[in-house]
Amino acid sequence: MAGEGRSRWPADGANGQVTQRRTGEDRDGFQVRSGRIGRSVMRKDAEEKVTGRAEYTADVSAWGMLHAALLASPYAHARIVSIDTQRAITMPGVRAVVTGADYPQRTGLPIADRPLLAVDVVRYAGEPVALVVADELYQAEAALRQLDVVYHPLPALTSPREAFAPEAVRLHPDLAAYDVQPGEEVWPVPGTNIATHVRIRKGQPESVWSTCDAVVTCDVSFPQAHHAPMETHCVIASVAPDGCVNLVTATQSPYSVPEAIARTFGFRPSDVRVRTPLVGGAFGGKSSVYLEPLAVAATLAVGGRPVKLRCTREQEMRSMPCHIGLEARIRLGARADGRFVAVEITDWFDGGGYSDRGVIVTRAAAQDCTGPYRIDHVHCDAYCMYTNHPPTTSYRGFGHPEQTLVMERAIDLLAEQLRMDPLELRRRNAVRPGDTTPTQARLMRSSVGDVEGCLTRLRSLLPWDGPPVEDRDGEVIAKGISCFWKTSSTPPDASSGALVYVNEDSTVTLLSGLVEIGQGTKTTLAQMVAEVLGLAVEQVRVVMEVDTAEQPEHWKTVASRGSLLAGNAAVRAARDARAQLAATAAVVFQCRPEDVCISNGYAGCPYTSRRIPIGQLSRGYTFPDGHTVGGFVVGRGSYTIERVTLLDPATGRGVPGPEWTVAAQGVVVAFRPRDYTYRVLRAVTVVDVGRVISPNLAEGQLKGGMSMGLSLGSREGYVYGATGSVDNNQLRVYPIHRYGDQPEYRVAFLETPNADAPWGLRGLGEHGVIGMPAALANALSNALGQPVNSMPMTPELLWRLHTGAEVNDR
Amino acid sequence: MIPFDFEYLPAHTTAEAVAYYVSRAKAGQSPLYCGGATEVVTLGRIGQLETGAVIDIRHIPSAQVLTQRHDQVVAGAGVTLTQIADSVLIAETFPLLAASAREIADRTARNQITLGGNICGQIFYREAVLPLLVCESAVRLAGPNGLRELPMDRVFDQTLRLQPGEFLVQTATDTVLAGAPWVYVKRRKMGSVGYPVVSAAAIRVDRDIRVAVSGVYPFPVRALDLEQALNRRELPLSRRIEAAVSTIRADLVLDDVEAARGYRLFVLRDVLREIVESLDA
Amino acid sequence: MQPVTLTVNGWVRTVVVRGSETLLDVLREQMGLTGAKPGCENGDCGACTVLVDGVPQKACLLLAAMAADCRVTTVEGLPRTQLQAAFIRCNAFQCGYCTPGFLVNAHALLACVAHPSERQTQEWLESNICRCTSYEEICEAVRTAADARDNGVAGEDEMPG
Repeated sequence: MAGEGRSRWPADGANGQVTQRRTGEDRDGFQVRSGRIGRSVMRKDAEEKVTGRAEYTADVSAWGMLHAALLASPYAHARIVSIDTQRAITMPGVRAVVTGADYPQRTGLPIADRPLLAVDVVRYAGEPVALVVADELYQAEAALRQLDVVYHPLPALTSPREAFAPEAVRLHPDLAAYDVQPGEEVWPVPGTNIATHVRIRKGQPESVWSTCDAVVTCDVSFPQAHHAPMETHCVIASVAPDGCVNLVTATQSPYSVPEAIARTFGFRPSDVRVRTPLVGGAFGGKSSVYLEPLAVAATLAVGGRPVKLRCTREQEMRSMPCHIGLEARIRLGARADGRFVAVEITDWFDGGGYSDRGVIVTRAAAQDCTGPYRIDHVHCDAYCMYTNHPPTTSYRGFGHPEQTLVMERAIDLLAEQLRMDPLELRRRNAVRPGDTTPTQARLMRSSVGDVEGCLTRLRSLLPWDGPPVEDRDGEVIAKGISCFWKTSSTPPDASSGALVYVNEDSTVTLLSGLVEIGQGTKTTLAQMVAEVLGLAVEQVRVVMEVDTAEQPEHWKTVASRGSLLAGNAAVRAARDARAQLAATAAVVFQCRPEDVCISNGYAGCPYTSRRIPIGQLSRGYTFPDGHTVGGFVVGRGSYTIERVTLLDPATGRGVPGPEWTVAAQGVVVAFRPRDYTYRVLRAVTVVDVGRVISPNLAEGQLKGGMSMGLSLGSREGYVYGATGSVDNNQLRVYPIHRYGDQPEYRVAFLETPNADAPWGLRGLGEHGVIGMPAALANALSNALGQPVNSMPMTPELLWRLHTGAEVNDR
Repeated sequence: MIPFDFEYLPAHTTAEAVAYYVSRAKAGQSPLYCGGATEVVTLGRIGQLETGAVIDIRHIPSAQVLTQRHDQVVAGAGVTLTQIADSVLIAETFPLLAASAREIADRTARNQITLGGNICGQIFYREAVLPLLVCESAVRLAGPNGLRELPMDRVFDQTLRLQPGEFLVQTATDTVLAGAPWVYVKRRKMGSVGYPVVSAAAIRVDRDIRVAVSGVYPFPVRALDLEQALNRRELPLSRRIEAAVSTIRADLVLDDVEAARGYRLFVLRDVLREIVESLDA
Repeated sequence: MQPVTLTVNGWVRTVVVRGSETLLDVLREQMGLTGAKPGCENGDCGACTVLVDGVPQKACLLLAAMAADCRVTTVEGLPRTQLQAAFIRCNAFQCGYCTPGFLVNAHALLACVAHPSERQTQEWLESNICRCTSYEEICEAVRTAADARDNGVAGEDEMPG
């Protein structure tokens, strides 16, 4: 917004961030017109967020609102012998108690494998068992303590490998009977604990292992973890007299809620209206429909009166779906010159008691299992296992931080065996246009970007310059790098719509179903609309809150897809509005519509000096005699993802996503051998984002993601009790990055345009996180002098690896 | 949200506090004394504490004291940990106490947590106790039977052994010991906020090191046999540390989400080494 | 239930509270001041930070009755200074949920310490968790606000709290 309004933004390239632009074919209409693209802008939600006025779901209240509280299972696996609600229902203020007996039907997407509230069996500690609805929250919580539930504890499956064993108890004996959402790619194996088995078969690894000069095998593992958005899940549900269900909910997927509620309760999807105000952080954890059905059950129990149901932090950590855990084995072979020959990967994901999005995360990890490297022979079996841990859902990176850790550790081990520089080894194998992915999708420059360029830039920016050295204070300064790619795992029909209204004051208003979860995409959309209409960004209003009854649908605010899907839709809507304005203006100017020029809030044409404010054209144009031409301007735009196909269940062959964002990352650590503590001194990302639309927002997404990835890799992870319950279920015992933990961050962008997207952009919201755990693991392996193949990489883990100390019997 | 209700009773004198206690105890309300009341909230909401009356002792003038008097550094139980950590007087006279206070929880929480609350709390690290143990401080208690003053080593055994209705008003520490050469070490799982894997307060008196630790057992402790072993200066440092660690009751060592038993002992070794390196002049 | 008189953002108001009710719940449920956020209700995240007599406190840990006769300032009552402008300029928030707590705490820091060192800033701000940013942005914002004050740049809308 330089030169416009309150100019206080650094110019492109400020803040130590570097952009390298590759010249390329921008699609028609995406050429830079007036410099709104590529400029830092003030967030549209900035003022409300610095004054405490920003509204989140928990801030919403309704007249006559009741409060619900959730009783969670203390056992990871148990038979429910009995539930006695008698004492609870007579407690002061209590209006209803709901148990599994009230709702025998199953819910859950894509596999409807869970009861609304536990029926007969609990499959994880934290599983919702009963709901109490009361006038006040404290009354509901007091009544929870009066619920008498008798459990008969059962042996629990506490790891995915254990659940995979042929003799393991079957957690879902009725798996064959469960409904699977049509069109979703999940392949459960009835008679086992396998919620999905994803097969990737490319080439014939078994026939080429003998041609390899070096082969490494390694096991990688990490526990489930918490998304840790500062806002916990919260829903307010009510049923209107006409039977329509109204929900206010903190979700990334407001448009998925109606179908899920309709399936579970027998409504029509159009009977369900969902409002989503600003969301206080999500990171994938708010993509599944988990709490909403419980809130609907609560309101149905009290005649449709509004009921608020908000998770405590402890419930957020024990009861809500979490980041998936993994145990993996990889075998990677190469020739003496470093060229990768074959890879074989087996992933056993810790999907928890109910599969939720964990099965799709598993697919995503498998589809991109090699990382951005050319490998002709790939064999991957990825299993999402039912265990007695919390259920799992998407987490920023969606299977890719997980897959990247597995692959990148193997590459560093291979480099060691080959006595080759790890960065050079990666560069030699970097995927290029013409190569194929593990799912045999053929890559083009537009779809993959510049892996080699990222690595080259990383080399100088980190800088990558040799083995670890000991400094004067006895600390070891070590570095580690990683390289990754990510495409989305969007269904082939993922769509987004947008509307652009032109206001009488010549501003415009954009409506989009994209949720503002902190990523700032709605501000980016405003930039795009401003660019198309030749307006200042300040003249474009964006409705922040989503209401499924008012905004056009946006598939889900996930998968770094906002700027592609909603961006294309918004651009098309803006062009449509422009065309409508031009048509009306052409009548006034008596010229052809294509001769009308719209900019700075005016319509003009080359044959006259007269200009008309676009507001005067927004409701048709009225001549002095009252005669009116044209009509109300409603710009409509929509976009459906292109060229994505389903994967073949036998081989995985298919195109999982439209484009890959590639990046290289590195960290520098100072490791203290004396006590195994370390500090991260610097973290670097070089990412090919196609085109930077808002440098400040893009850099914020990358750096925030890097912080999350370092936090996840270094210290986060559920610690389970002996029976599988999450024992570190408060933020005081679940350390995450705090102020002062931040290293120096460096972010650089390459720009290889993606032909499908506005101005050539690629998704970037998740990418900061993806390679950080792997880069940290490689740095610490270098520092320690032995492989670090699991997370979280605490000093205790490093001590254990170095001394061979056994984990205590806990 | 705390699902039960209680009376909140601010007391302005020790007598008023005790009177509240006696009457509420008689009424069956299981009264509790509190400072900042942080544990009442955090433990009350998860069902680990229940009470019908909370008696706030922060407004009692003698509990608000932070002073040096008659060769003693006196700290009131109602003083917040931030006040202790920021106090110029404490920095000059009892820097070890300031150091231990500064590492508890986070600063905003320390604005509310009081010295007495940390010493008498249920959360078992109670790191503000550590300086008082090594300095052999005295505690001044008020209760239904009046006031009494006792040395820490007589009244502190895993917890402050209070009689029913009694509460901590002040701690008093000999100026010489409070000003002795000191070191405070706190090691966490990761980061700079959180519970300890091991924290230790140590001072040197003449040639001998005194040390009290938290995070090793589910209570703070000053172990004389550990000190004795550590002070065997005729031995090489590594032998001294091994001898000191061998006095630890391994079966009592904490083994939980913060750290496994073996790792805590490893960290303890390193902490003891740091203490000796720092104090063994 | 007992009546408690609270002075919040300069407004005096008597509310009836339960003894076990926290200041956070009273501010949000009874006074409509939803700027302070519930993030953990356990004193761990700092999203509910308010000032009590000028001192940052976690409203989820403080009994409402304990704030009687104190001056409470929430994010809604903070004066508009260079701090908020710096948070915007430095991209020091994304989802915004932790932002009220950070602003209140940073405001108190700048009010108490003329030139906070990096160590002091960390000591204060490590009480709050932000999951979206990298903290580098918040660090930059606080430094920018302190510098702007030192340079005598007036706030946009300097109002008494």
